[in-house]
Formats: sequence, C-alpha cells, structure tokens
Amino acid sequence: MDSIILEALNISKTFYEPKAVKVLRDVNFSLNKGEFASIMGKSGCGKSTLLYILSTMDTDYEGDLRIDHISMKQKNEPELAYVRNEKIGFVFQFHYLLNEFSVLQNVMLPGLRLGKYSAEETEHRAFEKLKVLGIETEAKKKPNQLSGGQKQRVAIARALINDPLIIMADEPTGNLDKKNTEIVFNIFNELITNYQQTILVVTHDSEFARKTQRIIEMEDGTIIN
Amino acid sequence: MNFKLTWNIAVALLLAHLRQTIVAATGVTFSITMFIALLSFMGGLNKLLDGLVINRTPHIRLYNEIAAARHQPVDLTNAYRHSYNFVSSVKPQNKRLGIYNSKAIMEAIALDPRVQGLSPLITAQIFYNTGQVNITGLINGIDPNMENELFLFGDYIIAGKFIDLKNTPNSIILGKGIAKKMIVHLGDIIHVTPANGNQVPLKVVGIYQSGLEEIDNKQSYTSIATTQKLLDESNNYITDIQVKLKNITEAPKIAAYYRQVFNIDAMDIQTANSQFDTGSFIRSLISYTVGVTLLIVAGFGIYNILNMMIYEKLDSIAILKATGFSGKDVSRIFSTIALGIGIFGGLAGLILGFILSVIINHIPFNTTALPTIKTYPIDFNIGFYFIAGLFSFLTTYFAGYFPSKKASKVDPVIIIRGK
Repeated sequence: MDSIILEALNISKTFYEPKAVKVLRDVNFSLNKGEFASIMGKSGCGKSTLLYILSTMDTDYEGDLRIDHISMKQKNEPELAYVRNEKIGFVFQFHYLLNEFSVLQNVMLPGLRLGKYSAEETEHRAFEKLKVLGIETEAKKKPNQLSGGQKQRVAIARALINDPLIIMADEPTGNLDKKNTEIVFNIFNELITNYQQTILVVTHDSEFARKTQRIIEMEDGTIIN
Repeated sequence: MNFKLTWNIAVALLLAHLRQTIVAATGVTFSITMFIALLSFMGGLNKLLDGLVINRTPHIRLYNEIAAARHQPVDLTNAYRHSYNFVSSVKPQNKRLGIYNSKAIMEAIALDPRVQGLSPLITAQIFYNTGQVNITGLINGIDPNMENELFLFGDYIIAGKFIDLKNTPNSIILGKGIAKKMIVHLGDIIHVTPANGNQVPLKVVGIYQSGLEEIDNKQSYTSIATTQKLLDESNNYITDIQVKLKNITEAPKIAAYYRQVFNIDAMDIQTANSQFDTGSFIRSLISYTVGVTLLIVAGFGIYNILNMMIYEKLDSIAILKATGFSGKDVSRIFSTIALGIGIFGGLAGLILGFILSVIINHIPFNTTALPTIKTYPIDFNIGFYFIAGLFSFLTTYFAGYFPSKKASKVDPVIIIRGK
C-alpha cells in the first residue's frame, strides 16, 4: 500500500490582483493510496488554493502536479475535466446539489457524464452509494427537502459515484454541527478502512484533523510539517 | 457527453424556470406566427395584384404593329447597301392591322408543345352612341370559350353570362363603367359606330368588371363574328393572337422565335408588364424585413433569459465543472436550452401562423374593384414555413451562443471559493 497517487512538485502560485502576493512557495508532497490526510493551517495560509490546484480546477501555477503518475501540466481543459470526472471526487463546505434533480439523480450526474456504465447500472450504483451512507430512503427527494447533514452525505455519495482514486474535501464539516461532523468523519473513516479510499481533507478544525492518519501543516504558503 | 444527458439537464433547467421559459418561447411563437401570417397575406396580395394583370394579359401577343418599315428602299440599292443611311421624316408603313394567314399561324402555334392555349382577338376603336353623345371606346372581338379558358373571362362578368355572346347574335358585353355612363341594363339595345361609320345596334348580354377602372370605362366585348361584321371584314380577319404558355418564364424566348418564324410582331408579358415584378418584389422585401425584425427581437428575449438563468445557476455550473463536465459540455447544455426554446416556440409559431392565415383567409373582403375576391387573399406557400423555421433556428442559436460561451467560461474555483 505504498503506491503514490498524488504528487505535488515545487508548486508555486502568485496572485497578481490587487498586487502580487506569492500564496504558495515550492510546495512538495505526495499522497499514497489509502491514506487519510488532512491539510491544516490558518485562514489565508494557502491551503484551499493548494487544494484547487491539486484538484486540477486551478491551472494557473508553477511546478508540476502528477495524478496517478501522469503530469497534469500538459493537459487541456476537456482532458482535465475528464480527469476530475474519473479520478477525483469532491466534497465542499457547501453541498452544491442541484435542486432541479432528485437526490439520486444528483449522485448519478458525474456517473452519467463518465458513461462507463449504462444509465440503469449507474442508477443502481448511485443507490448503493446512498445505502453505504445510510440515506437511501431520501433518494427520491429533492435536495432542498433534506437537512444540512443529509445534504453533505449526498455530496459524499456523489463524490464516490465513479470510484475515484482520491476524494478531496474542502472544509467538509465547516457548515455542520458536532453530531453531523462526527457522522461525516465516521463515513470517511469507514471508506478508508473498508474500501481503501484515499482522502485529502482541507480543514481548520483541529479536532477533525487530529483524528486523520496524517496532518500536513501549512503556514504562509509552505508546508511546515 | 451523450445527447440524452445534455438534454435531461437542459430540460431540468428549463422546467425549473418554467415561467421565463414560456415567456421566451412565446416571444418566438409570436414572431413566427406574425412572420407566417404577414408573408402569407402579402404573398396572397401579390398574387392577386399580379393576377389582375396576368389573368388578363397573354404571355405572348402576336400582332401587326403600326411602324415604319424596318428596311427603307435606300438600304436595298446597290450603291448604298453597305452604308449607314440616315432617312428623315420616315412615316409608318400603310400596313393592315389584320394578321396575314392568321388561320395557318394559329394552327401552327396550337401544335407547339410549349403552348398551353391560344385565343384570337380583334381590337377596334369604336364610338358608343347614346343620345347626342358619342363616347370613344374599344371593342374586343373574342371567342368566348377560348377567352374564358385562358383568361378566366367568366370570372369578371358581374351580370349576365359570357356564353350568351356566342348564343345571341349581335350581342355585346359592356364594361361596367361604360354601361353606367350609358345607363343601360341587361337586354337593352345600344348603338356603336366603328371607324367605317356604319352604326350598328347590339344587344347587351352582360356587364364586365376587370377591376381596372380605365378598362371598364372603355372596353366591351363581342364575338369574333360580330366584330368582323361590324368592321366589314372577312371571316379570317384577326388583329391579335393571344398565346398562353405552360411556363411563363419562357415568354421572351418564344416571342422572339415567333417573331422570326411568322414575320410578325410579338410582345412578351415580361416586357409589357415589367413594373409588376418590381412591385411584388418591394412588397415581399418589406414583409421579410418586418418578419426578420420580429425574430431578432425574440432572439434578444432568449438572450436575456439565458443570461439571467446562467447568473442564477452559477453554483450548478461550478459543480458540474468540478465533477467533470468540461466547458464544452456546459456550453452545449445552454445551447440546447436556447434551441429547445427556439424549436418549440418556432413549431408552435408555425402552427399558429397557419391557423392565423386560415382565419385571415376567411375574413370577408368585398371591393367593387375586385369582383372575384370574396375574402382576404392568402398564399399558402410551404416555402414561408421553411424560411420561418430556419430563421427561428438561426436566431435562437445565435441568441444562445454568447450566453453559452459565457457559461462555459465560468471558473468553478472563483464560485466555490466565494462561498
């Protein structure tokens, strides 16, 4: 279980507006398969910026990013979209569910985009994911009929639909109360132990971070620990 | 990305904004409806006005023109044959108006496969005598059956029957204007005097209205035989042969051919009535301009609503992009929305446009100038529907193009960080 699936090589980023500020300086780190890591740091230390670069959504950086040993630097926008679709699952602070679709359809969307399985199979798989997260009874509801904790679980199910290499989460518990935070953590933990899922979480909740296997601490755009 | 997924997402977004969608689609529907109705109505009107002339005008008219001889004697002398000769004060030839060998020419033309039919005609100047007054006029000697077949003569008879011209000897059908001036009715006897001075009594068997007042004030019809008698001419005297072709566009070519073969003057309809083409063209141009303007306005409606939708759906766009939808996918979703509005609004517009045309076609429209017209004219031309459909497709495509482009450029990082 020592294969590297995510590698950041000398990643630097500068914001030019309103004035040039170097937010990331030569960030180097790698993530192995099955690792449950968290990036910790104060607000403004560049941890979210780093995550968006690692997620391939932000392409304006120096250095190189390798996912599954493949460099992302040379890829164009549709190719990166495909990488996100196939290999990365996202969970954000805000759930970003589409209210026009049912919970089940929301989970299915990235699966349908990938098109690896038929629509029926994707639906079945989506239902299985909801079951794993214990919210299969809400499948037919619209997202706005769900509680905040439930929504976040649906978002996690959506992140899992394409069996991604890695799940990236940006403050996944930022909007949740203590009980729901615990539920989300337990889900992540379960994914690690039962499915050898790789998870990278950005958080400033030190209690949450302490429970993960590895803490990457950041300050002023660099990793200090 | 497969079309079904694009379509499903587009439909879901459309349904979520049902009211705006309907407003946008209604704009397209309205403009297409008006476009169809306007063009059909204008087309019908054009056909009607052209018909006024074309129904009455032969495609080719063969006649002897009063003109100077084409070759003056000096051109034939050996000394000056190759010179360019100027002759002043040339007078028209003393040529008789009757067509030479008219019977043989008519037989030859009747056998021409390009010809739909022909009708002989004698035109002559006459005076209508009423009391102390002589009114100048024009008499047309016609074969009533042939005339009706080719020029729908019967349609313009507002009193009496055209066939009585044949059945009643020494009969006349008067123009409406001249009948009114002379205060005569069906069955009355009138007197006319042709150029030779013999006054002849004729029985009025019909009143004729062409819709062109100038004609109705002057013209009257008798049978060929009556006219020949009136003019003291033999029974093969004919001044015009009117030819109707199967294909009107061939008229100038065939006219030139007849001119050469029969050594006679031949006038084609295009040369005689070029101004009608121009009038129709301008009217069509105006209706197309108005129609296209309506569509462009509808296009702006779609543009607006899509822009609003994109602004409201920034979150959705961001998450779609984060989970693996490329800019192209997103742009395709919004293009589909625009085209969906365009296609459904357009289809409804085509159907409503047809219905509106049918309704207009049933509105009574009675005008003394146009005796055969009872309702507003409509041209049910499938071409208008094609053009309208194509335009609605194009305008909605372009109306959707820029908002879609904008949606594809949404940066998910900015949206997600903003929360």
